[in-house]
Amino acid sequence: MNRLSAENVTLAYDQRVIAEQLSVEIPDNSFTVIVGPNACGKSTLLRALSRMLKPNEGRVLLDGQIIQSMSAKKVARTLGLLPQSSIAPDGITVGDLVGRGRYPHQGLLRQWSAEDERVVQESMARTGVAELAERHVDELSGGQRQRVWIAMALAQQTPLLLLDEPTTYLDIQHQIDVLDLCADLHEEHGRTLVAVLHDLNHAARYATHLIALREGRIIARGAPKDIVTAGLVEEVFGLRCQVIDDPETGTPLVIPAARRARTKDKAERTAKAESTGKAVAARAS
Amino acid sequence: MKSNRVVRAPGGLSVRLDVRAVTVTLLLLAVALTASVVLIGTGDFPIPAADVIRTLVGEGDAGQEFIVNELRLPRVLVGLLVGASLGLGGALFQTISRNPLGSPDILGLGQGATAGALIVIVLFSGSANQVALGALAGGLVTGFAIYALAWKRGVHGYRLVLVGIGISAIVTAVNGYLLTRSDIVDAARAVVWMTGSLDGRDWDQVWPLLALCAVLVPLVLTHSRGLRMMEMGDDVSYALGVRVERVRLLLMLSAVLLTASATAAAGPVGFVALTAPQLARRLTRSPGPNLVASMLMGAALLVSADWISQRAFGAEQLPVGVVTGVLGGVYLLWLLVTERRAGRI
Repeated sequence: MNRLSAENVTLAYDQRVIAEQLSVEIPDNSFTVIVGPNACGKSTLLRALSRMLKPNEGRVLLDGQIIQSMSAKKVARTLGLLPQSSIAPDGITVGDLVGRGRYPHQGLLRQWSAEDERVVQESMARTGVAELAERHVDELSGGQRQRVWIAMALAQQTPLLLLDEPTTYLDIQHQIDVLDLCADLHEEHGRTLVAVLHDLNHAARYATHLIALREGRIIARGAPKDIVTAGLVEEVFGLRCQVIDDPETGTPLVIPAARRARTKDKAERTAKAESTGKAVAARAS
Repeated sequence: MKSNRVVRAPGGLSVRLDVRAVTVTLLLLAVALTASVVLIGTGDFPIPAADVIRTLVGEGDAGQEFIVNELRLPRVLVGLLVGASLGLGGALFQTISRNPLGSPDILGLGQGATAGALIVIVLFSGSANQVALGALAGGLVTGFAIYALAWKRGVHGYRLVLVGIGISAIVTAVNGYLLTRSDIVDAARAVVWMTGSLDGRDWDQVWPLLALCAVLVPLVLTHSRGLRMMEMGDDVSYALGVRVERVRLLLMLSAVLLTASATAAAGPVGFVALTAPQLARRLTRSPGPNLVASMLMGAALLVSADWISQRAFGAEQLPVGVVTGVLGGVYLLWLLVTERRAGRI
């Protein structure tokens, strides 16, 4: 049995239902990536898995227990989350911010142990921000800042780490940088990672387990090599494309069809809707 | 920059202290106490500081003892407690709303308490204690109204501020109406109350305020670590294992109680809740709510302002609220100008 799973959850914000009867297993020691079009419920699912959003029905299980019934700090020692938006307090230094990741391991009388110090140093070293420790977070570039937040999540020392669009707003080099870091964390430490990503090619490259979501339902799940096909991309994103082997890694690479081909395709489909016979004839010619 | 000292004891006990913040806190405590001693010595019958201290430890002569312990000490204690409550309440509000303007002054808590007091003064011609109770009730009702209206999946800074300003406007209108309805004696009493004054405060005001602080201050401070995490947004603090909703409700309630009871004791003393946390933060240069420093800054500010008002205008001439209002107003303008320059507004 996997450590983290959702069973038949119905997720909604107020009255707006995002997903119904959704079941998801996060394979242990996987780098799971959730993909899907905007508003398909990716982030909502991640929020439910990290107990930010309470399912209206169904349950999220962490180590066999309903996540809402566990103590907040215990969950925080098992499962970390890097949310999409976070606020760096005014004038905080990198070292201080990363140190705040130790909160679930601390108490009123145990505020800063030698272990805390060691873990913070290690987390900063792993994410390459050790030399920035004394700098103010608001002075950093977007890429550096994202690494600092990841360092904070690492300092939490959780076997499971959830990341909500960790590469958004970063340029391509820093996107790859952050994904490499995630892959390292997954490979070297056997951490289970779950990330929501927008870029399908990044997802196919880095994920060991891919979940494709559309309108709150899972369309496919499995290793990217097994599931990413032109048919799946069309079904999930409504985009015509070719899938070829990535020349660098051999993973699936999605090449959207040229604009002309897609407009033609669209015209054909419209025609088909109007008169099936005509459309067939047009294709034959 | 990195000035944290860690104290570790065997058995896993460890405490981390920011050296600068601790120094600033101790200095503020010293300032508040010194100002208190000087203030006790100030008045129609001046007493040297050494005699004040001697009297306070119980070795003064009978005449001085009466003036110090019965007349001036309670007034100073009310000042310290009111200042501390406002400073702490303001720091809590500002941290929870993540906005310096999310202060009780701006949110209309003071106006709400004033409405409560005015209703008692104008409609019932109540006693001083009834006025205080009215103010407390008014503050609490306003606090709950703000909380209920601004509450939607957590309190967001701007919504809280905007709702507060709206409520403040309504309550101000009600207050204006009550004043026009009142006769001249009640109106004069109401205006004095509305400026915020420590004049004539005695032990009856000290005890309830002291009791409330004795309960709320430790309660708030034990939750300050969670509050510190909440500065980073609800999501991050949830992820770190803070029970955000619970902590926020508890701290908001404490802040409303502290502010309302301070207002009940001394009237709506302006701007201490807004300025004390901002000044404290600039002095400690430490991120985080700076609760203790804000509290002591509030106490020091209020007692100093009271001293200035007595010194410059004589004991009964100028209510302390006028001085804090002027000081706070100037400071607020400065804050807005610098924030604007930093591109944050």
